[in-house]
Amino acid sequence: MTDMAPGTAARPEQPVFELLDVEKVFQVRPPGSIFSRRTVGLPALDGVRLKVRRGASVALVGESGSGKSTLLRVLLGLDEPTNGRALYNARPIGEMRRAGPAFARDVAMVYQDARGSIDPRMNVGAAIAEPLRHFGIVPPGEIPGRIAELLDRVGLSPDTALRYVSGLSGGQVRRVAIARALASEPSVLVADEAVSGLDVSTQAQLLNLLRRLQREMGLTLLFITHDLGVASYLCEEIAIMYLGRIVETGPTDAVLAAPAHPYSAALRKAAPEFSAPITEPLPGEIPSPLNLPKGCRFAGRCPRAAADCRDVDPELRSHGAGRMVACLHPLDAP
Amino acid sequence: MSSAALLEVEDLTLHRGGNRILDHVTLSLAPGETLALVGESGAGKSTIATALMGLLGPKDARIEGHARLEGQGELLGMPERRWSKLRGRRLSMIFQDAGSALNPCFTVGRQLVTVLRRNLGLSRTAARARALELFERVGINDAEARLSAYPHQLSGGMQQRVMVAIALACNPDLLFADEPTSALDVTIQAQIIRLILDETRTRGASCIFVLHDLALASQSCDRIVVLYAGQVVESGVTAEILEAPRHPYTAQLKSCVLEIGTRDLDPPEGSVGSYAAMPKGCRFARRCPRALPRCAEERPPLVPAPDGDRALACWNPL
Ligand SMILES: Nc1ncnc2c1ncn2[C@@H]1O[C@H](COP(=O)(O)OP(=O)(O)O)[C@@H](O)[C@H]1O
Ligand code: SF4
Ligand code: SF4
Ligand SMILES: [Mg+2]
Repeated sequence: MTDMAPGTAARPEQPVFELLDVEKVFQVRPPGSIFSRRTVGLPALDGVRLKVRRGASVALVGESGSGKSTLLRVLLGLDEPTNGRALYNARPIGEMRRAGPAFARDVAMVYQDARGSIDPRMNVGAAIAEPLRHFGIVPPGEIPGRIAELLDRVGLSPDTALRYVSGLSGGQVRRVAIARALASEPSVLVADEAVSGLDVSTQAQLLNLLRRLQREMGLTLLFITHDLGVASYLCEEIAIMYLGRIVETGPTDAVLAAPAHPYSAALRKAAPEFSAPITEPLPGEIPSPLNLPKGCRFAGRCPRAAADCRDVDPELRSHGAGRMVACLHPLDAP
Repeated sequence: MSSAALLEVEDLTLHRGGNRILDHVTLSLAPGETLALVGESGAGKSTIATALMGLLGPKDARIEGHARLEGQGELLGMPERRWSKLRGRRLSMIFQDAGSALNPCFTVGRQLVTVLRRNLGLSRTAARARALELFERVGINDAEARLSAYPHQLSGGMQQRVMVAIALACNPDLLFADEPTSALDVTIQAQIIRLILDETRTRGASCIFVLHDLALASQSCDRIVVLYAGQVVESGVTAEILEAPRHPYTAQLKSCVLEIGTRDLDPPEGSVGSYAAMPKGCRFARRCPRALPRCAEERPPLVPAPDGDRALACWNPL
């Protein structure tokens, strides 16, 4: 994901996804002026750089408003960057998407609202048959058998095919959504908060399922989550976002053991931990991207902010093995 | 139970649609204590809070057992007229989704002022001054301007601060906080939990949190009540129970908690299942690795554990 450490650079490996200084500016009406024709630019993403290697598992972590969903839409080719380049196998994602069904077949998506993403009038079998038919994965006669196989792979019994999502539990619906995503035989699975809002035991069951699928099928996994525990359980690499930027990337264990960016450190401390007292919370809230400060966009909440932070907007720079951080005064390794 | 309790709930039982969704729930709370109700969705946590606020619908009229509030006596079966005197004054509640708990048609300031005037009989000017003070207390910056904001103009965190201000406006003795932060980001979650704890502590109020996050419960509550399918399975001092759970369900719940660095999770298979098909005895019997033949037949009573300050409902505890 990150720039390779010198020495390993010999492997000319093609990343699945590569984002080069991606910017996405939405034109919006200024707040409070509902009738105004004038629009202002809202930078939902700004200078985002990310490499996703084939077979990697990457967690995209950030709070709401940090730009995760916009980044996801850019990766899926649903939104074009207003600047910079978003590549899939070295070709522009938008172009790939328009070129035919191959891209949509290879990059499958599991949505946060699994229940809402499945037509309630369709039974589970029909919902899974849809991508099988659409992409012509198997001849029509083999569709029922393939549905049973897919259900089995996600731990559901074959008779689930005849049921409707309204009659399934939250955990079962998520499994159906995963089965449907796998129907097109993708090599990349993108999941948006796929395990949030579930009971802990159901969440644990799903995490184990996703982990097994990723390993068995060699999937490239891009997992959007706000939960660092989930990121650390499922993903080898992590990218932490704040206000439209990636502020830190690297191997998940290393980043969470010793975050370099003050925001990563604050997220790390805010995660509930058994019998540890609640720590001093980070003050304030994520500001609106409409009035970004001049220097570092985290300066208003940062406990380490110094005078230069108000002037200089820090770029994502190398910071130890496989790690990058966008901070003028990163935390040292312990 | 101690005579000094603020709230004593005994054998609270509730049927809904033919199912027993609360089954002999027993718990107690001392003044100034924080208590966590934990368990999976559908375990009855919110129903307990709703029942103790007198907010159950008429279809839940068949409620049995006792709930005594210090200085007030029996709560269950009170007419609405008496409940409405208690709510806001001695009991109040914060909901998970502040956005929908607040009235979208009125400014948040007006909503707080209304509560202050109704419950404390303050004049308009006095209520407005008090509202401003409360907004500042709960960390709403630019409080003066925020008083005239509509709920949708505020972030989720700010909406929840407004809820806290409204809930604490009349210095209640007991605050219910039903998943007050599960819709919020973690850094905001930490702010709101700290705020609720600080504000209840300085007022000497008690707080009952409904939480699904055991780690968060361990950080914020003195005592814990673990529920499974409407039954209390284990309760006592949070640190003791989470350190060494004795009920197999508590142990399982704890083992599913994901912390940073967790390598392997070993969750139980299946799910709670339908209330209509609960075994006669222990409701956890179908999923319990320690179940004995008698478990599904005979309901284990909630009894004080011989060692330490905890109650336990299990025939074969750890
Ligand atoms: N279609 C859009 N038009 C205007 N603004 C948008 C649009 N989509 C997202 N935004 C804004 O972009 C920022 C990032 O949002 P989003 O990607 O949804 O973050 P997240 O998924 O992390 O919550 C927010 O300020 C959001 O309001
Ligand atoms: S650049 Fe400065 S303000 Fe920004 S995160 Fe680093 S120390 Fe904090
Ligand atoms: S009573 Fe029996 S089934 Fe229930 S938790 Fe105890 S051992 Fe398990
Ligand atoms: Mg989002």
